[in-house]
Amino acid sequence: MSTGDWSCPVANHSSDTITMSHGAGGRLSAQLFDDVFARNYPSPELMAKGDSAVLDWTAHDRLAVCTDAFVVQPLVFPGGDIGKLSVYGTVNDLAVQGAEPVALTTAWILEEGFPIAELAKLAGSVGQAAAECSIRVVAGDTKVVERGRAHGCYIATTGIGRLRPSVNLSPQAIRSGDCVLISGPIGDHGMAIMSQRSGLLFDPPLLSDTAPLHRMTLELVDKVPGLRCMRDPTRGGIAASLNELATACGLCFEIQEASLPVRPQVHSACELLGLDPWIVANEGKLLAIVAPDEVELSLEILRSHSIGSLGAKIGTVHDLYKGLVIARTLYGTHRIVPMPAGELLPRIC
Amino acid sequence: MQSTDFGNPIHVESLVRQIHAKSTRPLTLMEVCGGQTHAILRYGIDQLLPPHLRIVHGPGCPVCVTPAETIDRAIEIASAPGVIFCTFGDMLRVPGSQSNSNANDLMHAKSQGADVRVIQSPLDALRIARAESQNTSPGSPNRQVVLFAIGFETTAPATAMAIYQAKELQLDSFSALVCHVLVPPALDAIFADVDHGIDGLLAAGHVCTIAGDHPYHRLADQFNLPIAITGFEPVDLLRGILNLVEQLEAKPTSYRVDNLYEHIASAEGNLQAQRTVETVFAVCDQHWRGMGSIPQSGLKLQPQFASFDASSRFPQRKLPGEQTSCCRAADVLRGKIRPIECPAFGTLCDPNHPLGAPMVSAEGACAAYFLYQALAPLNPIKLNPIKLTSSELTQSESPNPKDSLSP
Ligand code: SF4
Repeated sequence: MSTGDWSCPVANHSSDTITMSHGAGGRLSAQLFDDVFARNYPSPELMAKGDSAVLDWTAHDRLAVCTDAFVVQPLVFPGGDIGKLSVYGTVNDLAVQGAEPVALTTAWILEEGFPIAELAKLAGSVGQAAAECSIRVVAGDTKVVERGRAHGCYIATTGIGRLRPSVNLSPQAIRSGDCVLISGPIGDHGMAIMSQRSGLLFDPPLLSDTAPLHRMTLELVDKVPGLRCMRDPTRGGIAASLNELATACGLCFEIQEASLPVRPQVHSACELLGLDPWIVANEGKLLAIVAPDEVELSLEILRSHSIGSLGAKIGTVHDLYKGLVIARTLYGTHRIVPMPAGELLPRIC
Repeated sequence: MQSTDFGNPIHVESLVRQIHAKSTRPLTLMEVCGGQTHAILRYGIDQLLPPHLRIVHGPGCPVCVTPAETIDRAIEIASAPGVIFCTFGDMLRVPGSQSNSNANDLMHAKSQGADVRVIQSPLDALRIARAESQNTSPGSPNRQVVLFAIGFETTAPATAMAIYQAKELQLDSFSALVCHVLVPPALDAIFADVDHGIDGLLAAGHVCTIAGDHPYHRLADQFNLPIAITGFEPVDLLRGILNLVEQLEAKPTSYRVDNLYEHIASAEGNLQAQRTVETVFAVCDQHWRGMGSIPQSGLKLQPQFASFDASSRFPQRKLPGEQTSCCRAADVLRGKIRPIECPAFGTLCDPNHPLGAPMVSAEGACAAYFLYQALAPLNPIKLNPIKLTSSELTQSESPNPKDSLSP
């Protein structure tokens, strides 16, 4: 095909920004695939360049599938970027279900004018994060939208995982008397982003906690028979996750604020911005509900992983109230923790 | 969480014991600061008090008292072509007067294309205006940047500074929709009502750091009212409550203002901030949502800054609509009822479907009650929760939740 007489003003081969042609499925799309995506995460499935990836699967293995979209602003934030976040976020959705992450697809929605060098860095992050989690990026897509329509880029992912044979985690498995564990301090991701957006500086700096949870969760799944259910408390923070669980199992979650780990910087940033750490997003924290006699074992496992070193038991489950989350304050008083309304923290992940 | 972040539980315990020991009769105490409302409910301070001590919440939330007509104007200006409208996040969902319109708050105006930006400080709006005025790229005409300037004495200096600097910089694209209000005149209005039913007042220390404490001395004299100036932490609040209980139980011939807020440098407040405010603003009568017009309770731009007034720069087309609502914000803001006593609370009105501003703002009393509701049927206090020592509390886990929560 000859392109010599095209009048398209963007048919420049060595363009250093994204143009509409990069999403048009033609030569520039192919070049972008080779130079940016294939270079950074060249899985055999991706390099086969089929319309769909073909994965080998053992017949009786159960499959976990999740899908997620990432629209975080800014694209690069203290402690991570949208590339890492998209891989870890997907891995974590699989991990808390008790699945071992296997494969991932990524769809990039790019804005016209987005620098290709920046895109390459983000794709590099995806590649690195995927390698770190031993998960392959097996398929992908790229679309370009007009300038001003995407603030740089969005990433949408689908994750595929293999469930551990006997695992059956669900809120319905939760019993009165169970205990609630968290793998570390809450609110780091949301406050890292909010404080960067509002120009608040902390010493030491406040970093996102974005991290993959699957090694920790798989160890829990394998060693703790009394593991009932796990959650990755992202948007809406632990307030949202605990309320979802409480509603689903019809029991009451009573959390001791004195045991709830919160970094001092997160606490101050929340005070300044009028937010509550309970509703702030996490991207590398695990909430686990376990049988009471397996708390010590579970905490040992959490704390043996660097991302769980500050893990703690934060509360108990009981049946005195239906579907409620209650916080016990340091002073022995209590309050009901409602489901957060949630629109105050846009584009956090 | 670290106990130091919250105030020391041992101090709390001792203050609670003293309050219980000294308080013998029913009293109603009012606080007038959204931050204090928030802390009282967040930490369940009210649960620690003897049942006959009632805490009510005054007009302590600037968002809640901004008139519906002003919200209407804000929506109208924000929706005008070429405008960047800068507001505190709390204002986004406060309903205006057009309750049947589909753009009755700034959030909806934004979803329909208005460029509404959330700022943390009035000076952020000035920064946006400066950046816009330096944008010389062809085909992008300089856009008007409008600051929605609301708040009490504490935020007025930053608004004044933004407007003052805009004038110095001849930044014609900047203007402000001003709805600043002053706390003491509103308190005058509340206490002038002979049936106000309030025995003592907790005043907010950070307001006094700016405005000084003299307005409170006048209030105490005029209405023979005990006043404690205090902060937001549980220990501060309890010290304030204890002070009021002691004053009221002693039944002296006249009550006084006690300043328990160590951070106040001088009784006059921050004179430089006051001068900036006086340079830019003059005191005027002001309409308060739920409370009506209160003399000398608002701020308007001085004549030499009048060109920065957004309400005269942008023509008003829409007339305010009729307000029909069962919202009892007026009674909440005067301390006549507590939010849970409003029939709409938690049924017709919640943060997702607010009927009134106090259910929207983070500092609003209704939102604080909703966010930090206690389990209504139980009153687990009787001092037993405080029996734990602080070291027990840091690893606390009530072994049997039935002990701590049973009605
Ligand atoms: S609960 Fe709702 S309706 Fe009742 S006073 Fe508060 S804001 Fe108004």
